[in-house]
Amino acid sequence: MCGIVGLYLKNVELQAQLGSMFKPMLIEMSSRGPDSAGVAIYRNPVEAGQTKISLAHDDSGFLWETLETNLAASLNCELATSKVANHCILVTDAAETEVISWLQTNYPEVRIVGSGKSIEIFKEVGPPEKVYEQFELEHASGTHMIGHTRMATESAVTTAGSHPFATGADLCLVHNGSLSNHNILRNNLEREGIKFQTENDTEVAGAYMTWKIRSGATLRQALEDGIKEIDGFYTFCIGTQDGFAVVRDPIACKHAVMAETDDWVAMATEFRAIAHLPGSEQARIWEPEPSTIYVWGEQ
Amino acid sequence: MDMLDLKELGVRGVNSVLHDLSKSRAKSYQINNPMGQHSIACGLDATMQVKIEGHVGFYCGGMNQHAEIKVNGHAGVGLAENMMSGRIHVSGNASESAGATAHGGLLVIEGDASSRCGISMKGVDIVVGGSVGHMSAFMAQSGCLVICGDAGDALGDSIYEAIIFVRGKVASLGADCIEKEMRPEHQTKLKELLEASSLQADSTEFRRYGSARTLYNFDVDNADAY
Repeated sequence: MCGIVGLYLKNVELQAQLGSMFKPMLIEMSSRGPDSAGVAIYRNPVEAGQTKISLAHDDSGFLWETLETNLAASLNCELATSKVANHCILVTDAAETEVISWLQTNYPEVRIVGSGKSIEIFKEVGPPEKVYEQFELEHASGTHMIGHTRMATESAVTTAGSHPFATGADLCLVHNGSLSNHNILRNNLEREGIKFQTENDTEVAGAYMTWKIRSGATLRQALEDGIKEIDGFYTFCIGTQDGFAVVRDPIACKHAVMAETDDWVAMATEFRAIAHLPGSEQARIWEPEPSTIYVWGEQ
Repeated sequence: MDMLDLKELGVRGVNSVLHDLSKSRAKSYQINNPMGQHSIACGLDATMQVKIEGHVGFYCGGMNQHAEIKVNGHAGVGLAENMMSGRIHVSGNASESAGATAHGGLLVIEGDASSRCGISMKGVDIVVGGSVGHMSAFMAQSGCLVICGDAGDALGDSIYEAIIFVRGKVASLGADCIEKEMRPEHQTKLKELLEASSLQADSTEFRRYGSARTLYNFDVDNADAY
């Protein structure tokens, strides 16, 4: 099961409405995934030399201020944080790898859920509507959003196992399906220096794309290689800082539908999620073809 | 024509009205605000006209008998699944498995149909104005699948006695599916279907595909393979 949704705005004038347009999309997919939900939103890009890191802690009373003070003192860096529910968005001029390594050593219970220039990730167990409200996303503005509603079938209902999976470089990925060669791919990627936080198959797909993009590939090139190397059933919806993509495996049995107007591009597991968007009645609607890469935003 | 607002009545409310076979019921209905919901106008069992203004979700018109359903929009997965008779016409594209296992009636899709169109069809006639995706007419047993555009990979894999007409290119044929001679009776059938569907296409531009019938029976020469 599971539901995935993605919305990419082509019309910049709609950016202030991104959060309110996306909300009914995610909630409509609650019946496909009532256990947990997660979203990635691309907004407020940081300046050159800065990195934005999304952090989460299971304890909603966790003192992020102490972490901030200790991190600034240890790495001698500038920091700004904004706290939303049990998540914290941290912006810093320190090197991303140093911050992550410091966090892993000093605060191993803090989960690093995303990093890049624009991406912010929020995910939590519970019904999608509650999760969305808790992270105050209804009035959020931004360029694109990707979301996932999870019905756990193969691993526990935990926040760590919730999508989206982000593995750095502003890339995030949501997935409907199951991968069959994720163990060997994970081993190979670990040898390339990629670190994993879970045993989840989807995290491997995200890490694979991140690795490709860090090696100089465009999003399209990373996906072309992914079709050759990632085995299993999948419909992926992928976001990067400027890009939005959808790809399905060669058998294409995991549902997906896409719709496009002059103002936006949307994908969802089922059309009823897209039906809430303004202009959906006149949208061009089609089912994405197998092994075909659909990309917007990135040249 | 009676108007049914799906947003107000819900799918069950709308379908209950359509299932009411009392003498006082209307002969034609228009469903507004379908919002991509599933199972709209499923299980109809009477002569009536149903017009759906907008996009529908999965299984629209499933198990239909006698009714004429028109969807002005896109149709989701499993359109007209197991239709027995009547007619379903979609103005847009259709997602995968359109007309799956359908026994009778006519299904018309003006746009493209996705993968597995006509999978295991058992007597329905399907006319697609655009192209169809991979594995279409997989294990198709009876009826005609008319494709005015192109066909994806593995067309007619393991096909029985269904007939496939394709105007455009075929990416590849599935196991035991071959091109066959287009005889006058096939031309006549194809013309009838194109006319019934109101789609404009020249029947002489089509090719016919069907079963080579080599998978029908156990072949003793293959015994070693088991």
